[in-house]
Amino acid sequence: MIQQNVVKVGMADLNVAYRGESIRTTGLGSCVGLTLYDSDRKIGGMAHVMLPDSSISREDSFNRAKYADTALPLLIEELEKAGARVNRLSAKMAGGAQMFAALVKSDSLRIGPRNVEKCVQMLASYGIPIVGEDTGGSYGRTIELDSETGILYIRSVQQGTKEL
Amino acid sequence: MSSLDRLAEFELDVLKEVGNIGSGNAATALSTLLNKPVDMAVPKVSLVPFEEVAERVGGAEELVMAVFLRVEGEAPGNLFYIMHPVSAKRLLSRLAAMEVEEDLEYSEMELSALGEIGNILAGSYLSSLADFTKLNLSPSVPAIALDMAGAILSYGLMQYGEMGDAALLIETKFMDNGEQLDGQFFLIPDPESFNTIFQALGVRQP
Repeated sequence: MIQQNVVKVGMADLNVAYRGESIRTTGLGSCVGLTLYDSDRKIGGMAHVMLPDSSISREDSFNRAKYADTALPLLIEELEKAGARVNRLSAKMAGGAQMFAALVKSDSLRIGPRNVEKCVQMLASYGIPIVGEDTGGSYGRTIELDSETGILYIRSVQQGTKEL
Repeated sequence: MSSLDRLAEFELDVLKEVGNIGSGNAATALSTLLNKPVDMAVPKVSLVPFEEVAERVGGAEELVMAVFLRVEGEAPGNLFYIMHPVSAKRLLSRLAAMEVEEDLEYSEMELSALGEIGNILAGSYLSSLADFTKLNLSPSVPAIALDMAGAILSYGLMQYGEMGDAALLIETKFMDNGEQLDGQFFLIPDPESFNTIFQALGVRQP
């Protein structure tokens, strides 16, 4: 899991990694870490999605990486610029937890599951297969995608590290 | 972010006072429980980019013990009391006379006791705030989590997500000389609550 070059992705942010780099985001709670990988070109991309749908945005110009419905098209654009092809992409994702599940009464607080649902729906609309998923639960995750192998490493406090 | 990034200096001062009164009361409660003085830093009020919120407690991956309450009522928001896991263990041994191991395993009993301590502190924070503003504020049942700071605190930022990439935090640090029972309060009022708070305190016209 330790790589020489690690590209960092912040909250409501996205980026692309290639030439053996890894790409990583930390402390995912209800946010979803959505990753795409072109195994032919060994190019990977990751978005740290915070909210499901940009239609709720009250900003004049918003950050496209923040919402699931706008982050996926933007991530695909960035991957294509780096030489990936959309028809070769496969997806893995993690996160979408309900951090304080006991408190959730209203649907608006079910952000985690709604983020996951929206990502699944968006991926389907682009015909991108989901080849790995570790979502839900009530714990945080740090994830790292290796652009050489396409393996997604998922670390959590209680469950250690697993690979997808 | 509508008006939140353009708050006047005196409005920020009002929010600092809100933090001061709330956490001052909570510090008194903690000091009574511990039977020793607890120091408190001057509250910080700032519009913090999402990316940097977790830096305030040591980074997104930092393991923290958090007590979370949703504030309901006229000025809704999120309230966190964040402790380093070692501080949480020490607090337990001091307050609940529990025999604790200084590792990261917590029993159900320990978590429940911490939830109750957090509840007392957050309850005194909120009740003094409600007295000060004359607003009706009530806490939800406390939830407790031992997890990565980023995963925990991001939960309190969602209400800000649809209007920008930063949240307004009212932050106070507790210090306890020598024994390291440090803790940090984060009050994150919902964006819509600021106007209510300012009006209640007479610094903005209805």
